[in-house]
Amino acid sequence: MIQDNTQQPDASKWQPRIVAFLCNWCSYAGADLAGMSRFAYPAAIRIVRVPCSGRVDPMFVLKAFERGADMVLVSGCHPGDCHYTSGNYHARRKLQAFRELLSFFGVDPRRFKMSWVSAAEGGKWSSLVTELTEEARKLGPFEAFPSMVNAETA
Amino acid sequence: MKENASATKSLRETASRLLSEEKVAAVIGYARRNGADMAVPVFVRRPEDAEQLVFDDGCFGNLAVYLAKSEVRALGKLGIVVKGCDLRTVNVLLREHVVDRDDVYLIGVRCAGVDDSGATRCAACESHDPDGCDVVVGDPVDQPKVNAEDRYKDAAEMETRSPEERWEFWRRELDRCIRCYACRQACPLCYCKRCIVEKTAPQWVESSPHLRGNIAWHVARALHVTGRCVGCGQCERVCPVGIPLNAVNQKMAKIVDEWFGFRSGQSPDEQGPFSTFSEDDPEIEIL
Repeated sequence: MIQDNTQQPDASKWQPRIVAFLCNWCSYAGADLAGMSRFAYPAAIRIVRVPCSGRVDPMFVLKAFERGADMVLVSGCHPGDCHYTSGNYHARRKLQAFRELLSFFGVDPRRFKMSWVSAAEGGKWSSLVTELTEEARKLGPFEAFPSMVNAETA
Repeated sequence: MKENASATKSLRETASRLLSEEKVAAVIGYARRNGADMAVPVFVRRPEDAEQLVFDDGCFGNLAVYLAKSEVRALGKLGIVVKGCDLRTVNVLLREHVVDRDDVYLIGVRCAGVDDSGATRCAACESHDPDGCDVVVGDPVDQPKVNAEDRYKDAAEMETRSPEERWEFWRRELDRCIRCYACRQACPLCYCKRCIVEKTAPQWVESSPHLRGNIAWHVARALHVTGRCVGCGQCERVCPVGIPLNAVNQKMAKIVDEWFGFRSGQSPDEQGPFSTFSEDDPEIEIL
């Protein structure tokens, strides 16, 4: 069954939803290591595996917000460590410019995060997700995008 | 209307000569029609029609948009009238190999500024004298010193507002968008044969003109011209509901200038900022 993510969250039961795009070679492996090492971290995160952080089109991020994500994270290999040599450098230019544009439109830039997590950094991954979940909880539900369409379809 | 008589005269002579010597198949320039308050584009195909060409302060349209259209390029070698600002557009089309330098004859016009209300491009113009054309016409124009902060004035004004004010502002502006895509059609650099808004599997931009789809469209449009847009202002000029797109384009131009020291359209040999990278690029809050 497909979960309807456009529903307004129930304030009493609300939990933040973070969509994370992780590169196959470093960050995904880092998250995998965190799991194998039995590091606990909050279940607020939904991981989408991509071949490289350079694969992430800003439209992916926008779509996640439209469908009700409270925070979006793009994580890749550390600079210099990209499996494809330079995908993360391209991602860095492109996605930071995208964040500036969101911010220019008045969207809180803290809703869109980027990180470098290597395949050996299971511990970093677990503490990063813990911090981001805490931050997302403080920021509260991000209703700007989903609410536009609920008003439209109502 | 303030006509530039010397430029008009040389334009007509140049066009007539190029056409009679069969150096070009057509000259794209400006003409006056029916007392309209702006000059309209004209395609001159016969030497005797060169008399239609004019240059005055109503010539604010960017004719380079025609170079991006394959049906126009199919006419043969094209002569085109370009102001300094339009030449920057041509430089981007050249750097992106949309048009070949040998297939175009650039007729530059020295321009002191057109009567382009609402746009900052003439006030902050640094290319009154087009450089790199096949021929340049018109009387010499003084090049005033331009302050760096004037370049991105519209964007800087917007940045002084709080995020909440900006969100309210853009919500209101973008809510009016009717998704006619005039901004796309008028843009010389929006030349994709298949635009992202026409893709339906998956559909990245919702096609109905509601605010959510409108925001997705304007985000996509702004990002697709980032590092390419030269700020000609044609998108805002043609917008039927008056969305201030220049401010958005300027914001993105400001970012690539500040971060990568890149200003679009300076030379046909430049490399776009998103097709390259540097190890020393700024990192802003990358965790």
